[in-house]
Amino acid sequence: MADRLSSKPQTPKRLAILGGLVSELWHDKAGFIGFLVIALITAMALLAPWIAPYDPAAQNVMARLQPPVWLANGDWNHILGTDNLGRDVLSRVIWGARSTLLIGASVVLIAGTIGVIVGLVAGYAGGRVDGVLMRIVDIQVSFPGILMILLIVSVLGPSTLTMIIVLSITNWMIYARQVRSIVMSVRQVPYVEAASVMGCRPRRIIFRHILPNLVTPLLTLGILEFTNIVLAEAAVSFLGLGVQPPATSWGLDVASGRDYIFIAWWLITFPGLGIVLTVLSINLFANWVRVTTDPQEREKRFAYSRAARRMVRPAEDRAVVR
Amino acid sequence: MGSFIVCRLWHGLLVVLGVSFTVFAVTRLFGDPVSLMLPLSASAEQRMAFAQEIGLDQPLFVQFIRFLGDLATFDFGESLWQRRPAIEVVFERLPLTLMLIGTGLGFAILLSIPLGMIAALRPGGFLDRFIVSAGLLGLSMPQFWVGLLLIVVFSVQLKLLPTSGMGTPLHLVLPALTLALTPLARLTMLVRSSMIDELNQHYVRTVRAKGLPFTRILRVHTLRNILISYMTLAGWELITTLAGYTVVVETVFAWPGLGLTAVQAIQRGDLFLMQAIVFVIALLIVLINIVLDIVFKMIDPRINLN
Repeated sequence: MADRLSSKPQTPKRLAILGGLVSELWHDKAGFIGFLVIALITAMALLAPWIAPYDPAAQNVMARLQPPVWLANGDWNHILGTDNLGRDVLSRVIWGARSTLLIGASVVLIAGTIGVIVGLVAGYAGGRVDGVLMRIVDIQVSFPGILMILLIVSVLGPSTLTMIIVLSITNWMIYARQVRSIVMSVRQVPYVEAASVMGCRPRRIIFRHILPNLVTPLLTLGILEFTNIVLAEAAVSFLGLGVQPPATSWGLDVASGRDYIFIAWWLITFPGLGIVLTVLSINLFANWVRVTTDPQEREKRFAYSRAARRMVRPAEDRAVVR
Repeated sequence: MGSFIVCRLWHGLLVVLGVSFTVFAVTRLFGDPVSLMLPLSASAEQRMAFAQEIGLDQPLFVQFIRFLGDLATFDFGESLWQRRPAIEVVFERLPLTLMLIGTGLGFAILLSIPLGMIAALRPGGFLDRFIVSAGLLGLSMPQFWVGLLLIVVFSVQLKLLPTSGMGTPLHLVLPALTLALTPLARLTMLVRSSMIDELNQHYVRTVRAKGLPFTRILRVHTLRNILISYMTLAGWELITTLAGYTVVVETVFAWPGLGLTAVQAIQRGDLFLMQAIVFVIALLIVLINIVLDIVFKMIDPRINLN
């Protein structure tokens, strides 16, 4: 009890913070399921060579267009059936997760880095630099999105690498805008002014005092952007200008299953479900992250949630007893 | 107002210049138009002649000026695929795309306001949770996949609607529904969240306390207040649809609009036609942005967009 009475604010242990977060996530069922599903999909992508029953490119003419196991003529060798070349759909879905997650993660990292740097420079420097940089952002935001991507990809030649580059240079603007607006407001805060009066170099101010404010908004934005990238990659791959065979991608598989929708609905259904599950679970998880990292939303939730009451009660009870 | 419009026009001009510069840089610096557009079997003389014809022997600066001049006069060269001026093809296909977008977005707009309001009336209730879940699902589904599933269900299984192409009004149903999906989900979510915020405002409590009928509160007070943010998002949906979603949806349903034409142009290496499409769409987007800004300024004089 003695430590509770001291006037010094306690610094909670890291493990305790993590434990608290996990318990909060557990109590937000939608967020928890989202997290679980996205963790499973990530594990599936990482372990693809070991868990996929077949080589995703291995063709088997004898077993073409086999239906999934629960339909008549389906068998356990190909749980989700086979495609027009006799390739195992389950294996292709598992491997497809790799391209999707790889492209999504790389684009968010690259575009995020570009956007954060531009936003920091624009917000911190202000004046003419800010004007020019933000004008570039405004102009590029008005570009005709996917059409432009298609034109660029068709000239450069489609591949996974081209995809990453093109999506990165067409999606960095939103980070720059958000970072700039936060930097502009944080710059006015006394501790930043104090640091600059004390003679801190701009670099130190930016990285030491301003950047930490950006972490949680950028986290939420990055997670949400990830879903946009997944959908964009799927669309471009579906049009045949994204990931190229023999590599696999869910969008690509839907495109190749398209010619067989009259006789083999499973060819488009399962890769598409992969996309839906990924995007949906990330959306659910992102919603939890947004609410958890936003102090105002947290307060609302703190007032309502049972988990919060459980955390507050013991302290209050003790105070009353004393 | 005059200086405001001039400012928007200037910004629009910069956007058009930016698009032109990017297209020029991508096609002339990173790519080789000659090998893109001529078949592999073309002889060296043919390649030289073609390069000279499109001015590749000139210095880059001269090429860029000529490129801008061509764009300004809407002279995009001849479509290799259709053997006629590219701009003709664009203007022939554009109305079909606009028809598709008009139907789809119109549907999304008509439905999103009542749906969002129903959800907002009782947040956390059954209807609200249903609408929010459906919206989240709608935002998570890729449009090409939804389109294909709709074809499987309504055309292949139930045989109610045609699979693809155009002709009768029935041909428009599935593509328009597919196109409407994402905008409908996003707009409904926006109406819901801004309605909830608005209904919690103190003025709503005041007017309710003084006995105003609830429908009048919605019509006169809250709906007007969410109008600006709604129109901003609706305009943005129009732009993203025009610039991208139509390509996917038209490809799925073989709807012969500008999006399908773009994909076909790429498949046939028809760079000139592709350039014309990108440029015309960019111009349209600029125009839409200007009109929207002016409308916003007219309905809400507080807005200062300079």
